[in-house]
Amino acid sequence: MAHQNQGLQMLTSNRLRDGDVLYRKGDGWVLMLADGEVYGDQTSAEAALAAATAELARNEFVAPYLFEVREVSGKIVPVKEREIIRAAGPTVHPHTGKQAAHA
Amino acid sequence: MLNTLVKAVAPNMYRYDEFDAQFVGERVNQFAGQVARRLSGELTEDQFKPLRLMNGLYLQLHAYMLRIAVPYGTLSSKQMRKLAHIARTYDKNFGHFTTRTNLQFNWIKLVDVPKILRELADVEMHCIQTSGNCVRNVTSDQFAGATDEELEDPRPLAEIIRQWSSLHPEFVFLARKFKIAVGATEKDRAALQWHDMAVQIVKNDKGRTGYKVMAGGGMGRTPYVAHVMSEFVEREDILAYLEAVLRVYNQDSRRDNIHKQRIKILINTIGPEEMRRRVQREFEELKRMGTLQLPREELDRIAAYFAAPKFETGLSDSIPDAGPDFANWVKTNIHKHKAPGYAIATITLKTPGQVPGDATAEQMEVIADLMDQFSLGEVRVTHEQNLVLPHVRKQDLPAIYARLKELDFASPNAGLITDIIACPGLDYCDLANARSIPIAQKLAKRFEDLDRQHQIGELKIKISGCINACGHHHAGHIGILGVDKKGVEFYQLVLGGSGAEDASVGTIMGPGFGEHEIGDAVERVVDLYLAERKDGERFLDTYRRIGMEKFKAAAYQEAVAA
Repeated sequence: MAHQNQGLQMLTSNRLRDGDVLYRKGDGWVLMLADGEVYGDQTSAEAALAAATAELARNEFVAPYLFEVREVSGKIVPVKEREIIRAAGPTVHPHTGKQAAHA
Repeated sequence: MLNTLVKAVAPNMYRYDEFDAQFVGERVNQFAGQVARRLSGELTEDQFKPLRLMNGLYLQLHAYMLRIAVPYGTLSSKQMRKLAHIARTYDKNFGHFTTRTNLQFNWIKLVDVPKILRELADVEMHCIQTSGNCVRNVTSDQFAGATDEELEDPRPLAEIIRQWSSLHPEFVFLARKFKIAVGATEKDRAALQWHDMAVQIVKNDKGRTGYKVMAGGGMGRTPYVAHVMSEFVEREDILAYLEAVLRVYNQDSRRDNIHKQRIKILINTIGPEEMRRRVQREFEELKRMGTLQLPREELDRIAAYFAAPKFETGLSDSIPDAGPDFANWVKTNIHKHKAPGYAIATITLKTPGQVPGDATAEQMEVIADLMDQFSLGEVRVTHEQNLVLPHVRKQDLPAIYARLKELDFASPNAGLITDIIACPGLDYCDLANARSIPIAQKLAKRFEDLDRQHQIGELKIKISGCINACGHHHAGHIGILGVDKKGVEFYQLVLGGSGAEDASVGTIMGPGFGEHEIGDAVERVVDLYLAERKDGERFLDTYRRIGMEKFKAAAYQEAVAA
């Protein structure tokens, strides 16, 4: 049975032309998790996913899905390792991915 | 850098003929059109995905990943330089050599793929059939054509199989992927028995050369070692026999359950005897039709591409003295060559702390220079994610070693505990449950003391970030499988596997260890081996003699105490 997300959520996808990781903000997308929108309840999260799914025909992004986040010391961080790595980049090459800006 | 001084050498390897060049060119144009139609919206993602996979293009965690075929692991210096150029121009300056002897780029933009494929076609390379449910890149022994252990060079047959299986109309949409390997020695360096189908070149009791065919090996969720389908197939019948195996698989495999679609499941469900009967029936039918005979002239025509180079004669057959570090490298990384005065040199891409299998554009270019200057323009990629210079003069080994040291690729660890296989894992892969590379890096650093590595001897650690087993954990003397427990990485130990001629499936020890526990657990397993081993025993021998229980008690000792 598919895992049902709990608590805070965000919506992500990959950009079609280069595969870069995107995060939903309002009716659009941003590149950094810290800039993305956090959904506090299931209804708003599912509404965002439905809106994004309806936009797939624009051919700007692919495979949108919701994932769990939590607040740690005032910062939003993903719950699962997979999303932590997507948000930053490979842990073994700190000069690559979104983390490169801070390397 | 040397490459401005070194003239590219044309090695003895297969060269595209007019048909090959046209075929690859047309395929590039076709996929360029498909990419354009996807970007314009004419194709949906669901329509485009199977098309991109047929061209080796995956969407991973951070970007697209492009997998480039390196048939039977053979690369020319010109091709290596092209890979370096692509790494620098279209990626983030590095590539990753894989356990299928391919090369992957991890940071590719979809919009750049047509340009990259055109650049690859310029050096007779492509990405066709590096993914999808088809016959994948054919692999072989990295010492092919150089070792005196082989009956004959396996690369001509590997090339013939590559040509036969490329866009074979009957086998483009198999139930699942299908991997083939070819070997020609008793010593198995190509993990033959772990393949969907494998061919070993053998002699029969009349002294005639032919082929032993095995099928049904595979890793993944349900690991099996292959069964022998035929002890001896005549040379001219080999394609008919391989086609018979694939035809039975294609007709009889389950397509209703993704976990039961590989040929290993079919063979182990109906039994190897029944599989042999069905294959024999198809084979006889194909023989009767007479359409798939492999004429001797055709085998000879392909073999001519791989003719042994003209080795120099009169060379000294001794290796120069160049200090203790060099002597250690020679001990593990140099293998006997068939020609006097020559050697086979393994370059491990595994200096402790490095990402196994990664090479930067600059490293690739220097290796290309070494290929031209010292190894007749050729290098081989191994399924253990290393490179091999197949034909080097022994007198040149100190100079090669010195250059490799500058590259940080001179680690004297081939076959030792720090020569670890690791899949890309959760750092890149969309399918992974846990990271593999950092575990490999930490284990290699933990065991980097060379005296200790030699004391431990041959010990193969193989790490996968998920059950798909791209890191060959089932075949590791010590295998490590990354699993996900509620979003947190854990690592299961698997002991007793082998990918060599004594192939065996490893046994899972028990519950997984945390990221920070797995290194200690491996160390306790190794310490127990050192305490228990008898003279001359490898880790695998000791494990097979004393079994899992003692190792299990040792591995969990501290975890339980904590």
